Amino acid sequence: MIKYFKYIIIFLFSITNSYALIEVDITRGNLNPLPIAVSPLSVDSNSNEALQKTLKKKDIGSEISKVVENNLQTSGLFNPLSKDAFLQKPDIAHLKPRFEDWSLIKAQALITGKVIYKNEKLRVEFRLWDVLAGKEMMALAFTTVPTNWRRVGHIITDKVYERLTGEKGYFDTRIIYVSEEGPKTKRIKKLAIMDQDGFNTKYLTLGNELVLTPRFNPTNQMVTYLSYFRNLPRVYLLDIETGIQEVVGDFPGMTFAPRFSPNGKKIIMSFAMDGNSDIYTMDLENRVVERITNHPSIDTSPSYSPDGKYICFNSDRSGYQQIYVMKSDGTKVKRISFGKGLYGTPVWSPRGDLIAFTKLHKGKFYIGVMRTDGSGERLLTENFYQEAPSWSPNGRVLIFYRETKSDSEGKGFSAKLWSIDLTGYNERLVDTQTDASDPSWSSLLSN
Amino acid sequence: MILTKIFKNAFLIMLASLVLSACATKKVTNQMQGDVYTGKDTVEYLASGVADRVFFATNESVLTTASRETLRKQAAWLRKNSKITVVLEGHADERGTREYNLALGERRANSVKDYLMTYGISGNRISVISYGKERPVDSGSNPLAWSKNRRSVTVKAN
Repeated sequence: MIKYFKYIIIFLFSITNSYALIEVDITRGNLNPLPIAVSPLSVDSNSNEALQKTLKKKDIGSEISKVVENNLQTSGLFNPLSKDAFLQKPDIAHLKPRFEDWSLIKAQALITGKVIYKNEKLRVEFRLWDVLAGKEMMALAFTTVPTNWRRVGHIITDKVYERLTGEKGYFDTRIIYVSEEGPKTKRIKKLAIMDQDGFNTKYLTLGNELVLTPRFNPTNQMVTYLSYFRNLPRVYLLDIETGIQEVVGDFPGMTFAPRFSPNGKKIIMSFAMDGNSDIYTMDLENRVVERITNHPSIDTSPSYSPDGKYICFNSDRSGYQQIYVMKSDGTKVKRISFGKGLYGTPVWSPRGDLIAFTKLHKGKFYIGVMRTDGSGERLLTENFYQEAPSWSPNGRVLIFYRETKSDSEGKGFSAKLWSIDLTGYNERLVDTQTDASDPSWSSLLSN
Repeated sequence: MILTKIFKNAFLIMLASLVLSACATKKVTNQMQGDVYTGKDTVEYLASGVADRVFFATNESVLTTASRETLRKQAAWLRKNSKITVVLEGHADERGTREYNLALGERRANSVKDYLMTYGISGNRISVISYGKERPVDSGSNPLAWSKNRRSVTVKAN
């Protein structure tokens, strides 16, 4: 069904010396984003003509550079400079930038590139330059099908981000979420997927049944989610490339709150029966089911540590919703949340050191993080209603959803996706075609 | 050590619930007692005088005195109409995380199921489904609307 993924080949054609003056510190709120110039990628006239026909885009080089610019801007770490001030032409700049011109407009880094269309393939090369040092920092080229041109922009951003921050990027990624429409009392919900920057939205279900909480497999293009198909709330598995769906949590009761293990081979979920929810795992290869918790309280929202050795989860065994950590076999259960209020939706960071959560205190909802032993609690954002954080694959950004208050007729209600940096800065609305909730961030698609 | 801690906690919880219920009984509005809905706005009827739903306090699945009265009437009606099967739909308000609310809705519907069973209704005639916070009856974002949405609804299945 969904087959818009084609192959990408990346090969390094040169890496020059690695000393650089520019460095971006991503560990604190960045109040001085790095001024960077993204020159439009140059396209020779033959290629441009052919690409105009296949892609219906006037100047693909400039379109790709816009993707890069937008990514850099939303990261909050970079300040892409206005192209109006650029003095050098794209093709010449790509060969040898006149660094004086670029430093004149206060650029500290410069991205240049070139697009060639040959044998129905797009060949893109780009270079990152340190303007102050007057040096090339990196150069890469790759070949792909023309329809992947937006991904080209995302991959360039990932490479630049990694080179300048020392950490992997998160731009060549997708978000799966629940698209919402209609009045609150009869909400229609569909699974939807889009690129991290909000483009290329596809709907994966039709809205005939209620669907909730989709989550990506960290290792492939599978998704697990809750569907009320035939009015039986069960955990399902969906291959987003083939569109094939199957029920995995076909237990004699509701299965919900699914998530993959870090190696993608198991699903961990809640199973509710006779008024009690406990945590179970299912091995996707041999379908062996294992019970992990056995407690008369509600145990739900399980999430593995990235090494697979621990599980954090939500339980009200103390009387109210709190966050607990246990070994992955269910032993050594330990409560870690002790602040004022209720805690839910714990999610282990892909870096392993933090757990993100939702907190409810005095009628306000917070997205926050704490260390895995519960210390160092930090609340990143406060609102009327928000929940369900999901980590970017590099563990630097959280995406979650926020709902607004409605009046007694239900007017004023909306559900939207938002993102915020781990630092608590750079809070942003993530644009979606419809109202949206339950976002889950994919791993990097390439490399 | 651990035991004394548990007792201590249990005592504190009891004390807290006493305090809470003490506050709750004082605050009687037209349509809410504490934060449990007592009005008739959204209520439908399975038969004359047999209300279809019961309401819960925030985060609670305990049946109130009024709820138990409603359910005894439902049980009597079900005993009289022995061919009828029902679905209990458990719901939560919008002020909780989605996954916890699914579990809470399931717990609420099951506390209704347990009560009906103690009044002689076979578990085979009752199925349970939780909608968590997905199907509110009142779309407002205010305490009264939320109280109407914290509910278990008994629906005829055949």
